[in-house]
Amino acid sequence: MTSKRLLYTAPVLLASAMLAAQGRGIDPADLLKPLGDQWPTYSGDYSGKRYSSLKQINQTTVKSLTLAWTVRLTDGPGGGFGGRGGGGGGGVIVGGEGKGDWPIQPDGTIKGTPLMVNDTLYVTTPDNAWALDARDGRELWHFFWRTRGGTHIANRGFGMWKDYLYMETPDNYLVSLEAKTGKERWHKEIASFNEQYFSTMAPIVVGNHVIAGTGNDLDTPGFLQSFDPETGELQWKLYTVPMNPGDPGLDTWPSLDAARHGGAQPWLPGVYDPETKLYIFGTGNPTPAFTQGRGEGDNLFTSSLVAVNVDTGKMAWYFQTSPHDMHDWDSAQTPILFDATVNGRRRKLVSTAARNGYFYTVDRVTGEHVVTTKYGTATNWGLGLRPDGTVKRNNDKNPSVSGSLVSPTPGGTINWEPPAYNPDTGLFYVTERNGFSLIYLTETDPRGSMGLGGVERPTVGGIGSFLTAIDPKNGKVAWREQYPFVGEGGGGGGLLTTAGGLVFGGDAGGNIVAYNATTGKPIWHSRIGTVSNPPITYMLDGRQHLLVAANNVLYAFVLYDPPAARTR
Amino acid sequence: MRPRVPIPSRYRLFAAVACAVSTVVLAHAAQTPQQPPAPPTPPPQTTPTQPPAGGRQGGGRGQGQTQPGTFPAQQRPPGDPALIERGRGVYTATCTACHGADLRGGQLGGPNLLRSLVVLNDKEGELITPIVKGSRAERGMPPLPLPDDDIRAVAEYIHSVLATSGRQGGPPGVAAPAPDILTGDATAGQAYFTAKCGSCHSPTGDLQGLATRVADPRVLQTMWVSGGAVGGRGRGASASGAQRKPITVTVTAPNGEKVSGRLVRIDHFIVTLARDDGSFQSFRRVGDSPRVEIQDPLAGHKALWSVLTEKDIHDTTAYLVTLK
Repeated sequence: MTSKRLLYTAPVLLASAMLAAQGRGIDPADLLKPLGDQWPTYSGDYSGKRYSSLKQINQTTVKSLTLAWTVRLTDGPGGGFGGRGGGGGGGVIVGGEGKGDWPIQPDGTIKGTPLMVNDTLYVTTPDNAWALDARDGRELWHFFWRTRGGTHIANRGFGMWKDYLYMETPDNYLVSLEAKTGKERWHKEIASFNEQYFSTMAPIVVGNHVIAGTGNDLDTPGFLQSFDPETGELQWKLYTVPMNPGDPGLDTWPSLDAARHGGAQPWLPGVYDPETKLYIFGTGNPTPAFTQGRGEGDNLFTSSLVAVNVDTGKMAWYFQTSPHDMHDWDSAQTPILFDATVNGRRRKLVSTAARNGYFYTVDRVTGEHVVTTKYGTATNWGLGLRPDGTVKRNNDKNPSVSGSLVSPTPGGTINWEPPAYNPDTGLFYVTERNGFSLIYLTETDPRGSMGLGGVERPTVGGIGSFLTAIDPKNGKVAWREQYPFVGEGGGGGGLLTTAGGLVFGGDAGGNIVAYNATTGKPIWHSRIGTVSNPPITYMLDGRQHLLVAANNVLYAFVLYDPPAARTR
Repeated sequence: MRPRVPIPSRYRLFAAVACAVSTVVLAHAAQTPQQPPAPPTPPPQTTPTQPPAGGRQGGGRGQGQTQPGTFPAQQRPPGDPALIERGRGVYTATCTACHGADLRGGQLGGPNLLRSLVVLNDKEGELITPIVKGSRAERGMPPLPLPDDDIRAVAEYIHSVLATSGRQGGPPGVAAPAPDILTGDATAGQAYFTAKCGSCHSPTGDLQGLATRVADPRVLQTMWVSGGAVGGRGRGASASGAQRKPITVTVTAPNGEKVSGRLVRIDHFIVTLARDDGSFQSFRRVGDSPRVEIQDPLAGHKALWSVLTEKDIHDTTAYLVTLK
């Protein structure tokens, strides 16, 4: 870079830093821009790619990455102790409808994706939320939700609209906070706690819609909802199973009662295509998950990709990735939008690497099937494809009284951890776990069991876990980089890819690793502990940051002395 | 107080009249259980003084803490045992034919009450009572002329069963015996064993008395497929009683010097081994240097997983259970 450009750049940086007061919000239109300095929504942008245009950290400079700061987040109403996050804001802001009898787990794991907006990080764990100074991790405020209970398995993060934040709680509230102060604006119950729903999803803000999904293990109907960002009023509610006589898909269930208890919970964030106004998301497993009770049909719209118009709440198309699933293989995974030329034709596409070991590419405008391939090396439950591109199930691999040896495990080749796509390499990156389970049917009653009951399912081991790169145009695996000598685990947290030619993610040895996005070879690592969330990246003061969590500790890495001007 | 069990005769009379169709079905059901050869599912025996079985679900919370139930169905304080007992009696006489002795749906097609959104939202019968009185007659639920306090008792009984629901939406634990997993052909299993397992294992050597040491065929099968401890994790003594062989590693430095020991950990960047004297040694890895060779005693089992058929597994287990 020339010195002339440096002189020009520096005052601009200074001015913008002084103008952008911390806690200031974002314009919803900003979410339509390519991902760069900030990280304003769950996947960074709407496409689900988790691809940042930043490239100050690249295949060469990544070797000089160094720790800028670290902070331990402590859940609960007391806060402050046990970390370097204290000394910031005042006391913990407490909300919630609970009696205060729910035990606090002070070291709640960070599984969510933080947001970075105007030099401020917004981070969540179940019942807890923080604003932190993105420069040093200092706490600006801490909000604690006194819960009524519910399954406290994770929180995936915030959605943001203007100056307001939105999070879900395990006891099914959508809570809106002021970004600047952490003070609560309102909370609305979005699913029934009595009916055993629990909510973990990071709300996705599209225009004036706050889109929120929920989860449930019990036999209840799944639904996706949209709320007004100002008032929290319900705008629309899309059920993901047939709920009334005449509803589409009802003929794939033995009865209306079975359909209405059929599951298909959309518990992870989806993606959004502004051209078609379609929000595209995955649905969860049918219930009961492992046993009879669902007839012989496909059980729509469980384990499917579903596209919904964000303004009307009407389903535009669906593609089922596990017809009549028998193994708790959700297809709730966040899909990825991309454009590519397939067979000489430019296509608008969406891909998903499903938990069942298969990879799918679908036309994102019409839902037309394009590609199905098996990416799970050991995946053994399929007998080829049906004419519609879905997988024909091998019934020998259904849960059986004498035991069936199935790969992947019910946990899947991938679970909630988001994949990534890099337009420079044209590759879709995903963690691939090749475990085997013996699944014993213990409930042979033709009525079936309930929820995830009715089986014993010990894991017997695995034959390797990989960071896997797939060409989504044809579904072929470009390469697999194995986590050394790991059976069925590893690769937790999800992935990030950048214009610096890198893929970042946790391995199986407690490292955050930077991989060459073209070859998969590891270039840099730091052993911070088991990576628990998807890494993000952002630009601050001319330095590109890498932010990642291991359990309840955040780590921010930078180039200590980067090239003076931005290489963007 | 009303008498508890059996229920008042007038309700038995009612049951006989209102469920005239069902008496036939009930008699049929008694002779032909839904799940032969298992006996008919008995009504759940709730013990309200015990904490709900689901009360510690939700996963991975600290030990020794007193935690309320995860969801309202399990957070509910134990009901009056007398009221529950009375409700059980009314339920058995009046509701079983349609909703099942275990509340999970019956011969006459009544819905599963343990996943009923009405039941899940009901507190003290306020949502259940109108339905019992006929508000859903057009959807097949006949009006039942029960007094309010009997309906209240039935609601309390239903809630007492719901409180014992299992983890992750599973039903209450049922007393029915686990199905017998032994369906394979022992002769075919012996042939498979000889061909595929005989190079490492022997029925008169390491596996002598295996089925005596591991009496449960399901545990035995999971053990032999995984190649050791159930669940395929952990070190040391396996379920077979034999000391499990450790995974070993040999590290060869560029100068040819070799160090061997038990593998402690390995990733792309570090390999650590434990020597026989208990000391540890770790090595930095850069690409393929130093050379690392792992000897995995389970390699044979891992190679089998991708090719084993269910028939091979079940036949081999049928053979192995004969190794008393």
